[in-house]
Amino acid sequence: MEYRERVLRMYEMMYRIRKYEEKINSLFLQGILPGTIHQSLGQEACAVGMLFDLRQDDYVVSTHRPAGHALAKGVSLHSMMAEMFGKSTGCCRGKGGSMHVGDIKVGMPPAIAIVGGGLPIAVGIGLACKMQGSDRVVVCFFGDGASNEGAFHEALNGAAIWNLPVIFACENNLYAASTRVNKVMKPEHIAERASAYGIPGRIVDGMDVLRVNEGARMAIERARSGGGPTLLELKTYRFCGHSRTDSCRYRDKQEEEHWLARDPLKTLRNHILDQKLAEENRLKEIEEQVLEQIEESVRYALSSPDPAPEEALQHVFYGE
Amino acid sequence: MARMTIAEALRQAIREEMRRDPTVFCIGEDIGIEGGFGGAFTVTLGLSEEFGHERIIDTPVAETLIAGAAIGAAIAGMRPIADVQYGDFIFCMMDQIVNQAAKMTYMSGGTVRVPMVLRAPVGATTRGAQHAQSIEGFFTHVPGLKVICPATPYDAKGLLKTAIRDDNPVLVLEHKLLYGSKGVRSEKSALSLIEEVPDEEYLIPFGEAAIRREGTDITIVANLLMLYRSLEAAEILAQEGISVEVIDPRTLVPFDYRTIIASVQKTSRLMIVEEDTRRNGWGAEVAAQIAEEAFYYLDAPVRRVATYDVPIPFAPVMERYVVPSVERIVQEARNLMNS
Repeated sequence: MEYRERVLRMYEMMYRIRKYEEKINSLFLQGILPGTIHQSLGQEACAVGMLFDLRQDDYVVSTHRPAGHALAKGVSLHSMMAEMFGKSTGCCRGKGGSMHVGDIKVGMPPAIAIVGGGLPIAVGIGLACKMQGSDRVVVCFFGDGASNEGAFHEALNGAAIWNLPVIFACENNLYAASTRVNKVMKPEHIAERASAYGIPGRIVDGMDVLRVNEGARMAIERARSGGGPTLLELKTYRFCGHSRTDSCRYRDKQEEEHWLARDPLKTLRNHILDQKLAEENRLKEIEEQVLEQIEESVRYALSSPDPAPEEALQHVFYGE
Repeated sequence: MARMTIAEALRQAIREEMRRDPTVFCIGEDIGIEGGFGGAFTVTLGLSEEFGHERIIDTPVAETLIAGAAIGAAIAGMRPIADVQYGDFIFCMMDQIVNQAAKMTYMSGGTVRVPMVLRAPVGATTRGAQHAQSIEGFFTHVPGLKVICPATPYDAKGLLKTAIRDDNPVLVLEHKLLYGSKGVRSEKSALSLIEEVPDEEYLIPFGEAAIRREGTDITIVANLLMLYRSLEAAEILAQEGISVEVIDPRTLVPFDYRTIIASVQKTSRLMIVEEDTRRNGWGAEVAAQIAEEAFYYLDAPVRRVATYDVPIPFAPVMERYVVPSVERIVQEARNLMNS
C-alpha cells in the first residue's frame, strides 16, 4: 500500500474511533445506553498506529478502554454498537458490554477490564504463537496504572525469558483514574522499566499516529522474526474523564490545553493537507462516510433484538 | 496393566495425552529441571526427557504468569497443563483463575475456548498453614470452573485425560498423602495406594460418583484423603453393626447428585466428610441440595464432618485434631445413627 493510501486509511480509522466514542458519549448522556463508559478520546493514534500493520491472524489484548483497539483490529462497528446496547447481535451477544468487547475471529479475545490482567494472558498467547511455529504476534495494550501491577512484572519477565512475540504497548495517559503517574512511580518514563527485563523499551509520541506506527512496525518486525518482546511507551492523553461521571477536576487546565492542542486527529488532518496527500474534499467525503456508518450502526443496534433473558444461563462452559 | 501410584498414573495420563496431541504441554515451577524433582510431588518427573523443555516449561516463581500463560495459550489453540506447586499458592493467581479463565468463554458469548488444566496439591501434611489448605470451597463456588478430585490411581489417569480434553478450565485437586511419590519427595504419613491401571486408553466422564463401599444404614460422601478415612471408619462401624455406604464424588463440579440421592433413598442418613474447612464448604452445598431434593428420604438431619474453621496449625497433635480423623468420623456416625 502506498504511503498516501496508508495515511488516508489511518485517518479514516482514527476518525471512526473518535466519532464512535463521541456518539457513545452522546447516547450515554441521553440515557439511552446502559452501563458505564471508559472512552479513548485523544488516544486514537495509539490504537491505529499500533494495529495498522497487524494481520488479521495476529492478536490484540485490550483493556477496560477497548473501543479504539477493537475498531482498529477489525471488530465490526455494528456488532460493537449492538454490544453497547446489550443486544443479541453484539460482538459478545450482550454478555460483555463496553469493557469486554472483542471478536476472536479477528484475533481479539474479550477485552480485559482488570488492570494488568491482560498482560500475562498476552504472554500466553505469544507462547502459543511461538510453540505453533507461526510468525503471529501479539500487541498487548495497558495503561500507566497497570505498569504498577505485579502482573506487569511477571508478564514482562516471562515474555523476555521465553523470547516471545509480544509487543507491550503502554498507553501512558498520565492518569490512573484520578492518580497522576508521577505520584505513584519514581522513574519519569515507563519505558525505562524494560531494562529490568533485558528487553528494549522505547518512548513514542502517542499523539502522532505516524510516530506510533513507526515504533510499532519496528517492534512487530522484531517480534515476527523471533527477536522477542518490546516495551513501547506511548505518551498520550485522555480527552475525557476516566469514566462516565468524571469531570477531571484533578487535572491542571494548562496541562489539558497543552495536550488538547496536540489532538492526534487534527495533527494528522493538517499533515495530510500540508503534504497534499489529499484535498479537503476527499477528507470530507471520508468523514461523511464514517458518520453515516456510525448512524447506521446505531440504527442496527436499536433495531436488534434483546437476548432472551435465559440466554444468561448459556456459555458458562464452552459448548453449553 | 501396570501397578501404579497416583503420581505415576497422573504422569502416564500426561504422557499419553502429550503423545497423542501436540498442543498439550506442561508449565510450572520446577517441573522439568534436570536433577530436580519433577514438580513438588514428582508427577512430571522424566517428562522433559521425552518431550523436551519446549513442552515441559519451567517458569520463574510467578504464579500469575503461570496462570496467564496457560490461559493465553489455551485461547490461542493450545491445551496447557499448569502446575501449582502447592494449592495454597493458587491464591497468588486468583485474578487469572476467577476473573480471566472462568469468565472468558462467557464474556465472549461462548466463542472463546479456554481448554486448560490446573493441577494443585492439597491437604494438611505438617507443613503449617500455608502449605496445607484444602481449596474446594473457593473454587467450586466459581461459575465457569470445573473441579475434580481423583482419589485412586485408576481415576487419576482417567479423569486427568478427560480434563485435558475438556474445552474449559479444569482444576484438578490432588492430595499430597495420596500421591505415593517416591524417593526424597515421599510423604511420611502417606497412604500406600498402588493399583492396576490399564495401559490402554480410557477416559472417565465428569459427574459420575463411585460407590466405594456398599452399605444400608448411613451414606458417607467423602473425597480425597477423607475417602480413605471414611472407609476405615466404615470398617470399624461394621463391627458395631452399622452398615456404611461410602461414595467418592470424584468430581465436585459437575457433581453427581443422582448417585447420592439414590443412596440416601436406601440408607436414609447422610454424612459428608471433607478436609476443607466447614463454613460454606462443598459439603454445605451437598447438604443443602439434599435438603432441597431428598428431604423426605432422610430419617435424621444431614451431618457434616469437616476441618474446624481455623488455619491449619503446625503441631502434629493440633493438625490431627482439626482435620477429621477416623475416630471423629466413627463418633459422628454413631451420633447420626442415634439421632
